[in-house]
Parts: sequence; C-alpha cells; structure tokens
Amino acid sequence: MIEVSNIIKSYKKEVVLDIEQLHIGRGEVLGLVGNNGAGKTTLFSLLLDLIKANQGHITNKEIRVDQSEEWKSHTAAFLDESFLIGYLSPEEYFTFIGSLRGLNKKEVLEFVGGFEDFFNGEVLNKKKYIRDFSKGNMKKIGIVAAFIGEPEIVILDEPFANLDPSTQIRLKTLIEHYTEKHNGCLLISSHDLHHITDVCNRIVLLDKGKVVKDNLKSGQTLIDLKKYFENEIAK
Amino acid sequence: MRNYFSLQIKQLFRSPTWGQTLWMRILVGFFVLYFVAVFLLLGIGLFFIIEELELGDPLDVVHGYMLFYVLGDLVFRYLMQKMPVADIKQYLYLPIKKGKIVRLNVFKSLFSFFNVSHLFFIIPFGIILIVEGYPVVETCVWMVSVYIALLANHFLNMLVNNSKMVFAIMLSLLLGLLSLQFYFGVDVTPFSFAIFAHFSSINSLITGGLILWVLVLYTLVFYQYRAQMYLDAGLLDKKIKFRENEYKFLERFGPLAPFLKMDLALITRNKRSKSAVIAGFLLVFYGLLFFTGTVESYESPAWQFFAGIFVTGGFLFSFGQYVPSWDSAYYPLLMSQNIRYIDYLNSKWYLVQIATIISTLLATFYLYLGWDAYRYVLLGMIYNLGINSYLVLWGGAFVKTKIDLSSYKKAFGDKSAFNYKTMLLFIPKLALPLLIYGLTAYYFSHELASIAIIVISILGFTLKKPVFRQIEKVYKKEKYTTLKAYKS
Repeated sequence: MIEVSNIIKSYKKEVVLDIEQLHIGRGEVLGLVGNNGAGKTTLFSLLLDLIKANQGHITNKEIRVDQSEEWKSHTAAFLDESFLIGYLSPEEYFTFIGSLRGLNKKEVLEFVGGFEDFFNGEVLNKKKYIRDFSKGNMKKIGIVAAFIGEPEIVILDEPFANLDPSTQIRLKTLIEHYTEKHNGCLLISSHDLHHITDVCNRIVLLDKGKVVKDNLKSGQTLIDLKKYFENEIAK
Repeated sequence: MRNYFSLQIKQLFRSPTWGQTLWMRILVGFFVLYFVAVFLLLGIGLFFIIEELELGDPLDVVHGYMLFYVLGDLVFRYLMQKMPVADIKQYLYLPIKKGKIVRLNVFKSLFSFFNVSHLFFIIPFGIILIVEGYPVVETCVWMVSVYIALLANHFLNMLVNNSKMVFAIMLSLLLGLLSLQFYFGVDVTPFSFAIFAHFSSINSLITGGLILWVLVLYTLVFYQYRAQMYLDAGLLDKKIKFRENEYKFLERFGPLAPFLKMDLALITRNKRSKSAVIAGFLLVFYGLLFFTGTVESYESPAWQFFAGIFVTGGFLFSFGQYVPSWDSAYYPLLMSQNIRYIDYLNSKWYLVQIATIISTLLATFYLYLGWDAYRYVLLGMIYNLGINSYLVLWGGAFVKTKIDLSSYKKAFGDKSAFNYKTMLLFIPKLALPLLIYGLTAYYFSHELASIAIIVISILGFTLKKPVFRQIEKVYKKEKYTTLKAYKS
C-alpha cells in the first residue's frame, strides 16, 4: 500500500533519514523501533507530507503524497498534540474529524461510544475542553480520532507513551481488534519492545536514519531486538 | 542577575521568530521607526502647531488634553500590553529568591515599547519648552512628573489587567469624556487642566504624591505577583469555562459548516482571538475621527475612503491577517486530514465576508452624519468584500507567526503583542484603493471614483475561482515552511 523509494531527508548536511526501499503491504501491522534520532517521526512526517524529502518519493496507494492530496481520504494519523484542537470538547473534535470523513454526528458518537472502555470513563461527557485534559487522556482522544471513519492506513507515533498501564493493555486489544476486522495497514512506533512485538507482525529497526533490521515477527524477534540494543550499549 | 540577563538575551536571539528573512526584519524596523517618528514629530511639532492655531499657551493646552492622553494610554495598554507571567515557571524551582524573580520581571517590563515610546514625545516637547523660555527646573519637573504618571499607568495595568470591570470603567470614562468634549460640547479641558497644571510647578506635595502613588502601585504589583508564584495560582493558565454550543445556524453552509463552527469556537473560547476580534470591531468607531471633521487633514476624499475601509474591515484585518496562524497549534492535523485547501480557504473567506457585512450594519449610525459619510462606509465594504478578503488570506500565508491560543497573555509587549509584519501588509491593501479613489476624485469626480472602486470590487468578486486557485498555490508552496515555523 505504501512504497518508500530512495528517500533521503537531511538538515543542513546531516542525513536524518536514508531509506532505499520500503514496501508496506495490506494487512501489515508495522512496528518501528529505534533510539531517539533514528528517524521514526521523520519517516511518519514524510508519509504525511508534513516535511519535504530532499530526494526520492513516497507513494500511498499509487498516489505520490507530495503531488496529490487524494491519499488523505484513506489515511489518518496521530503523531502528537498538534493533531488535537485544544479548544474543542472531545465530542466536538470527534464530530469535526467525522465530518471530514463523511460521517454525521450521530454516527461519530456511536463509533466513539464503542471506545468507552478504552477511555476508562474519563473522556466522554466531561464538559471539558481538550486542552484541560491530562496528557494521557489527550493521547486517548487522539488515538481514537485516528480510527474515525475506519481509514485504511493509520499511523500512530508512540501511542503507548504517556498511557497508564491498564490503558496500554487496552490499546493492544484495540489494535488487535482493528487489524482483525480491516485489511489495511497500521504503522506504529514505540520504545516499548514488549508492546510493539506483541501487536505488530513486522518490525523495522531504524538506526541513524537507516533500516538496520526488517523482519516478520517470530518467536525470536523480541530476543533479537533486546540483544541488538544491549550490543549498542556495549559499543 | 547577570545570568538572568544572558538568558533573556538568548531567549530573544534564539526565538524562532528571530531568524526571519532580512527584508521582513528591515520592514519591521521601519515600522518601529515610524511609531518613534510619530511620537517624535508630535513632541517637536506640537508646541508650534498649538501656537500657530492660537489655542493659547501650548503647555496649558497640553494640560487640558492630558487626561485623554493618560486615559487613552491606559486603555491602549490594557488591550495591547502583555503581562510578564509567561516565562517565570522555569525559574521557580531554581535557588533564586522569589522576590528577586518578580523584581527582575517587573524591571524588564519597564523597557516595554509602551513605556519607552512616550519618552519620544515628552523629552523633545520639554526641550522645546525650555528653548521657548519656559523655566528650566519647572519644565524638568514637568517631564519627570508626566513620565511618572504614565509609569503609574504601567503598574496600574499590571494590577488590574485581569479585571474586565476596571477596563469597562476606564473605557466608558474615556469614551464618556471624549463624547462630552467633542459631541455634547461640554468642555472637559478645564477639569483636566486642574489636575495636570500642577505638574509643571515645583510643589513637593504634588511630586511627592506622584512618587508615592507609583511606589504604592509598585508594591501592590510586587506582592500580587509574589503571591501568585505558584503553579496552581497566578502561573496557571486561566481556564475558560466550558460551554456547549452547537452553532446549528451554520449548518446551511453545508460542507463548510464544520470549519465555520470550528472558527466560531476558536474566536469565542480563546482569550487571544477574542481580544483581536473585539479590537477589530472597535474600529467601527474609527470613522468618527474622519467623518466628524475633527481632524482637518482627514477631510480629503482619499482619507475618508480610508476610514470607510477600516470601519467595515476591522475584523477582516484583525482576524483575517492571521489566517492560517490561528490554526497554528493544530496545523499538522489540518494538513494531514481529509481537508481540501479550497474548503479551508473558502470557510475563512465566508467568515471574513460575514463579519464585514456585520460591521457595515453596525456602522449604520454614520448615516446620522449624512449620506456622504455612509457612502464611504459602503464603498469600504464593497472593496473589502471584493478585494481585501483575498488579500488578507493571501498575505496570511506569509505571516507564519505561531499563535499560542492557550496562553492567557503572550510574553512581553514588544515581541509579539503588536505584530508589525502583519500591519505592514496593510500597505498594498490600502495604498492601491486610496490612490485610485483619490486620483479619480481629484481629476474627475466622486461619482466616477465610486464607480471605479465598485467595478474593481465586482471584478474581484467574479474572479473568485482563479484567485482562489492562486492563493491555494501560495499556501501549498508555503506549506512546509509554515509547518516548520509553527512547530518551534
């Protein structure tokens, strides 16, 4: 579904991302791991055409993301708080996102109502603006909003960070359910090796902008990853 | 102390807005210079103007109007000057005495443009007085006294800046006095004179009283800020109470409805945008200066038309020029969601159009001053609807100022409160129509000038599609740099 070809992104002379080929197909839940500065968020930003690549291009369902806007109708993302509108209530925000994806208010509220468990009763009907919620609850709002309208491609940057332990477990169930029902693809980055190997079926490891490992998940994956980072420290 | 200043300097030079393009910097510089020049010219020229007009002793005349100046300054400060709370948090847990942090911040606030600018009036005016033979010592006392009175305003504003009540009282006092003076023909100047005439006499009671007044205000400011130095007290961003609002009446705009609803929420729920919009609508009264014949030089057709544009375009300028900066906090969302630029721009365009029409309706009271005044208002509206609505959206793409909606007040005065850059973009929006109108009216007739403006505006109106395509191109081209500017 997504094709990354010969992408190079650099600031001044420092290359922060350099990927020759990366193909992401239907049904994949791709986990992106790597230390800070490995280029995870840069890759996501490029996929969403939020920054411009110095070289190469990315296609999303055969559409060049930097040339057409058509990919936006089947792609959704939550990278950080700049994907939230602070002065709206969660309901208003969900409705706004829904309206962009062709859902009316009733349909949206029905859809997000299904996440009441995930919200742990802390988000809906609170009569509060999003900016007045805690970081964790903001994250929940952003993640759920990314699934509104059931887009084929969903991109989540560090969805596990800032969530309390129960919600982390709930998020895993949520992702598993979603991938069972949909034949799209899901891109997740995380620093939590356990969570990411639990939910993903393919793991890509980035280091200083380059793909170091790219494997389908097996029983060995978690051990391999741990070993890799331990060796990094030993160096 | 020295560390603190080095941090302040770093804050200035490393701020994301510092690295702007050179020509913008230069233009901004020009704008500051312009203001300085206005004050300076006033300081130098006022004496001779009053003498020329034979209004009486220049100093006495100034005293007569001083009350307006001081009250106006206070109102202006309340609207524009920002409070020094924003950058205290990070010093809170460091081993610096709280009193010292407050003192430093207050000290820093003294160098605000709102304080310094007055000096460009007071000092030259004082010097001219001395040159013209006024007693030296008294004049020096006068200069100091006036400045102290304005400094008192500075502290007063810091004390009551959160209170809408006090502002309402100040504003109605000012407007009340102004209308008494200029509309009802009641002379307020003797009253003002009675207060300020003492400023130029050596009277230890008055001078001492003034100094005491400032000291008391300073102490109050100090303790108020000192008491608020807790994360859950003064440093907490004020929350705006939640209000459910569906804005059902906007449904009729179909695909644009969600955007318009969002914009309405943006305006009503954020302090920053609220004050911009209020300031915009206050411009409706700006025309009084022009249409009442108060200022002689404003009676030329070009200036009258200028007033018409401003009266109806207050919102257009105050809000429109910051599109898309208003949405800077969540611009990445807008750029990656299923939104077409055209819809986004269209919704902002409609918003600006509706506000322009509302302003025009509010300005109906100018009919009282005669059809001629209202004709200019209507012409202003037509030009704003037809041409300026595009120009603000087009100019907005280059503004790239990140707007922090949530912070109650933005950092310190000069940096951002007054955005010179955006005000500069006024020039093409105003110079062109003024030239066209002024020249046509001068060489031919007012009728022809009006027709020229109407024709241009209608032409602009009918060309919406191609113009929007152009604006869209600009937005797309600027997309990455805009995102980057909003990020930092």
